[in-house]
Amino acid sequence: MIARVVAGLVVVSVAGATAGPSHLPPPAGTISGKVTYTGTPPKMRPIDMAKEPACVTDHPTPVMTQDVVTGSANSVRYVVVYISGGDQGAPAATDTVRYDQKGCLYIPHVAVMQVHQPLEIFNDDPHSHNIHPLARVNPEWNKSQPKGAPPIRTAWDQPEFIPVKCNVHPWMHGYFAVLATSHFSMTDSTGEFSITGLPPGTYTVTAWHERFGTKSQEVTVAGSETKTANFVLTARPY
Amino acid sequence: MRPQTRWLTLSACGAVLLCGGAVRVVAQEAHVDRLTGRAAAGKPLYTRYCAGCHGDEGDSRGENTQWIDPKPRDFTLATFKCRSTPSGTLPTDQDLYNSVTRGFVTTNMPPWVALTPHNRIDLVAYIKTFSARWSTAKPGTPIAIPPEPAPTVQGILHGRELFQRLECWKCHGAAGHGDGPSAKTLTDNKDDPIRPYDFQTGTRFMCGTTNQDLYRIFMTGLDGSPMPSFADQLQPAQAWDLVHFLRTLQPLKTPEATIWRAWFTTHGRELKPIGQEGGGQ
Ligand code: HEC
Ligand code: HEC
Repeated sequence: MIARVVAGLVVVSVAGATAGPSHLPPPAGTISGKVTYTGTPPKMRPIDMAKEPACVTDHPTPVMTQDVVTGSANSVRYVVVYISGGDQGAPAATDTVRYDQKGCLYIPHVAVMQVHQPLEIFNDDPHSHNIHPLARVNPEWNKSQPKGAPPIRTAWDQPEFIPVKCNVHPWMHGYFAVLATSHFSMTDSTGEFSITGLPPGTYTVTAWHERFGTKSQEVTVAGSETKTANFVLTARPY
Repeated sequence: MRPQTRWLTLSACGAVLLCGGAVRVVAQEAHVDRLTGRAAAGKPLYTRYCAGCHGDEGDSRGENTQWIDPKPRDFTLATFKCRSTPSGTLPTDQDLYNSVTRGFVTTNMPPWVALTPHNRIDLVAYIKTFSARWSTAKPGTPIAIPPEPAPTVQGILHGRELFQRLECWKCHGAAGHGDGPSAKTLTDNKDDPIRPYDFQTGTRFMCGTTNQDLYRIFMTGLDGSPMPSFADQLQPAQAWDLVHFLRTLQPLKTPEATIWRAWFTTHGRELKPIGQEGGGQ
């Protein structure tokens, strides 16, 4: 139960993990750490939205690309860190994950969810988007969502990192990170993550980044301790 | 990731049709009307007629693929353009049979009318062995298409408003010439560049020729391409209005075009232009 509540929080807060509610039993462990890169990452570039005047007005200062977002001390944002092994299967969370198309951007850039967890996709812009998840394991679909259209309600059946794009606005790229586990976190702007609510056990922890790939390590958690697991991803220029 | 691996294994099994007891390979049959197609009978036909483009493994890596644009369909993805079923669902056997029969106009995919109906349905059964999705999911339920109303100027004007409001013009262009502001950057699900349909030169569609086919095209979308589904955005009456408007963009002597041209010569100047500044009304 703790795990599910925490998972929900992680999904909703774009900034990433926060500590779970403290009043809930039983004691459970935490794996937290920081994700950094070695090598030369591609530079973030300003996005040219000239094709959609409304979106240009939405952003008085140009927005930077979000596929590689790095911070001080080589930290990497939007890395999904999750339990890929050693986890007891958990039923899908029932709280709804929200994905917004706003100012010609996907918010959050990466939405993390469990298989079968409800997902709602909103268009908050005064014009159309087509939302096109380029799924391979799950079925690919492509739907138009004009301004004012109701949210698209859906869910995914299989774990998969699904690239999402809008064909009308070629700079719009995002991801649905669909996981089997209920234990996950996403790095914030300082590259930090925290996976809470873990029963004692030995886990494989995996960090996934859309450009820099994945890294895994084993971590054993006993009681309600907090273990540190840092990840160093290899940056690749475009 | 585990499920992914399993999926690949399954589809490899499907391709050779020889799988040990543990894996259940299915979708060995296809049905249209009274015909039952069998994958085993489709296989030699596929090797002879289709593999050069679609590849022995159905992965669109045939010997001719490199010379072909757009690329042949990759059957291992089980993603198809011409469907009667909603976006994200498998097509019906009839849909695939129709595609094989009709071919894809303006592409290298020929119409296979020279093969017997039985050959074609055998081929459909065989195509379905390339992806495990045919065993884990059922085809979608075909969308309902209510009877077509007679075209009217009012209806065509409504259709024109929808073309503006649903922003078809951003890809297809204000006059349907395939040159909208987003046209140049479009890519398909394999990252290959793709052009929106040009109504000004196109007399036929890849997914059919009739008004019903046209209705189906924009309601279900062409999965794998940038062309989205509008099924959630249009009531049937609106969809028919849009069909009738689209017909006026084509170089055809359709009833819609006749009504429209007569009206346009006297009222054309009252129309707002379609596009970024236009209201399209
Ligand atoms: C000369 C190359 C070529 C040959 C030979 C060929 N195809 Fe194709 N086929 C294509 C291309 C190209 C496409 C994709 C067109 C597009 O996406 O616009 C395609 C698409 C398809 C589709 C996709 C339908 C959809 O709705 O997405 C099916 C089914 C198909 N072919 C079946 C066959 C069968 C069966 C044969 C053999 C009898 C065959 N093809 C032979 C080139 C070929
Ligand atoms: C995001 C861009 C985009 C938008 C928006 C869009 N289309 Fe398309 N459309 C395409 C592309 C690309 C193709 C060509 C697909 C292919 O060749 O496989 C296409 C093809 C078509 C076709 C021809 C299909 C065939 O079988 O040959 C029709 C008809 C069509 N679109 C109608 C519409 C209508 C009506 C709208 C608005 C309600 C619309 N489109 C909106 C990109 C778009």
